[in-house]
Amino acid sequence: MRYMPYDCVVLIKQVPDTKAVTSRAMNDDGTVNRAVLPAIFNPEDLNALELALWIRQNHSGTVTVITMGLPRACDVLRESLYRGADRAILITDRRAAASDTLATSYILSCAVKKLESYDLVLCGRQAIDGDTAQVGPQTAEKLGIPQLTYVEELLELNDGRITVRRGIGSGWEKVQAELPVLLTVMDSANTPRPAGARRIMKYKKARSPSELKKEDNAEEKTAALRKKGLLIEEWNLDDIKADLTWCGRNGSPTKVNRIQSVILTAGGHKKIEPTDNGLHELVHELIEDHTIG
Amino acid sequence: MIEVNRTGEVWVFAEQQNGELNEVSLELLGRGRQLAEKLSVKVAVVLPGHQVGSLAEELTAYGADKIYIMDDPLLAEYQTNSYARALCELITRHKPQIVLYGATPLGRDLAPRIASTMKAGLTADCTDLQIEDFFDPSSKKTHRNLLQQIRPAFGGNIIATIVNYDRWPQMATVREGVMPMPERNGQLKAEVVTETVSITPDELPLKILDRHYGQKRVNLKASRIIVAGGAGLGSRDSFQLVWDLANALGGAPAGSRAAVDLGFIDHDYQIGQTGTTVRPALYIAVGISGAIQHTAGMSESARIVAINNDPDAPIFQIAHYGITGDFSDIIPRLIKAIRTKC
Repeated sequence: MRYMPYDCVVLIKQVPDTKAVTSRAMNDDGTVNRAVLPAIFNPEDLNALELALWIRQNHSGTVTVITMGLPRACDVLRESLYRGADRAILITDRRAAASDTLATSYILSCAVKKLESYDLVLCGRQAIDGDTAQVGPQTAEKLGIPQLTYVEELLELNDGRITVRRGIGSGWEKVQAELPVLLTVMDSANTPRPAGARRIMKYKKARSPSELKKEDNAEEKTAALRKKGLLIEEWNLDDIKADLTWCGRNGSPTKVNRIQSVILTAGGHKKIEPTDNGLHELVHELIEDHTIG
Repeated sequence: MIEVNRTGEVWVFAEQQNGELNEVSLELLGRGRQLAEKLSVKVAVVLPGHQVGSLAEELTAYGADKIYIMDDPLLAEYQTNSYARALCELITRHKPQIVLYGATPLGRDLAPRIASTMKAGLTADCTDLQIEDFFDPSSKKTHRNLLQQIRPAFGGNIIATIVNYDRWPQMATVREGVMPMPERNGQLKAEVVTETVSITPDELPLKILDRHYGQKRVNLKASRIIVAGGAGLGSRDSFQLVWDLANALGGAPAGSRAAVDLGFIDHDYQIGQTGTTVRPALYIAVGISGAIQHTAGMSESARIVAINNDPDAPIFQIAHYGITGDFSDIIPRLIKAIRTKC
């Protein structure tokens, strides 16, 4: 076995906590009030980050996290720094707004290509706001590297070769690939480590330039943070040499035609008394309309 | 990407493992046929693999007009790159207007890779597909007869309808079990076309060391009658009543996510957003409150009976029949009523 360090890039996303949709998050008309939902680190992206940190711990190397979004997405970059990431990059640009999965994967692939080197690109299997699981495979295609989706376990990593167990629905397969490779990681792959107390103390002041923009003396503060190594890097579409044809709304072949909120239709069911008579009546009706034989 | 091609066929990707077709491909064939009829074009199946020609008969009986067989030893085992290469080559050659895939782990691995190469749109996990005109308010143009790709999003709290009017083909993955299975008809005929594709060993970057197919103990999608239990059952022991009722009806038992998390029943039996989507003729929900995560997987059932001791449980809002009361009292009586058939 040859000892070698691996450079890992983790693609992460800040998402609304769709699991927190409770009655309190509902408007009077039964639609979802998104404004009250907390923004969280996409759960399976934490598993991707954990796998990258594990690889660095056992093989040495680096862990870089990249997210695309509004400046407030720096929250998930800081969270990554608390947990152990070496470097955090925000891709933010108005021209990237309304990107579908194809445009998003193009932008992310441009960002990954800007890095000096990478051996593994890791993402969560899917994000809980859209549940599409498309950005990972599409980024791999644009980088021209193989993809290993639905990764449940890292079995072996040495000599530039990786072996994983991945889910295939009713079963699993053990599969090997040469690096570089892109992995999409399932929540069953590991238990993400918590943030380190010392790292929180260190990185809680980390900010990106656009976060500082609204504050007084923004320039001085930016320079001061840069000096301390606490400035979150920020790239726009020009920095990553993205062709605008493939970004944002123009770069997105899929368009939203309609959005309907799911409103559970009220009432309308027939009440059955929990008595022998009531239950007989129910069974009779189900037989009458051929539902049961 | 290919240009908008109004005469293009409707394609269904035929997913097979060891020469056995995945049911979702047949479900897609049923809906694909309806879409194709509306567009006055053919519905074709694309079947990559090695020595899979014998599946053509099955695909014909389920309604394919045309079957493209890509037989190559290099396609014997599924790998993302080789299958993506084969499909992209065929799409470029024949320019279909629609390509549908099952939203299985394989379909969700393959379809985005193809979409990325083709620079075409792809909508994941659709639960419905329709053909309709689309008026684009920004260009004030009407695009005729587009594929309306309908899917839940935002954790199932919204339903989005997606269209793709310029960079074709229009592609979607479709969830298993949401489209009705067409009837098998041995009298149907289809044209079988043999296609060659240029796969190189470079397009097989993975080494498959081992593959294990678990025996799925249960096929909820195929069940006409489902009895599902939730957290309200209270214990694995009392969950036995769910099994008993399912047995009495000749149906399948199932559980909500809460019931699975509590260990009342195994994950294979889970209905809902993170489990299986079903649309049986009869769905009996016992002790299930009716959170959206659950109802997203069963609200299409033809008849829904809810049994719950909380008269305000949301499940009653989508139920056709509601019984308020204690399940441990109601289920044995209901079984008796079924056995005596009134």
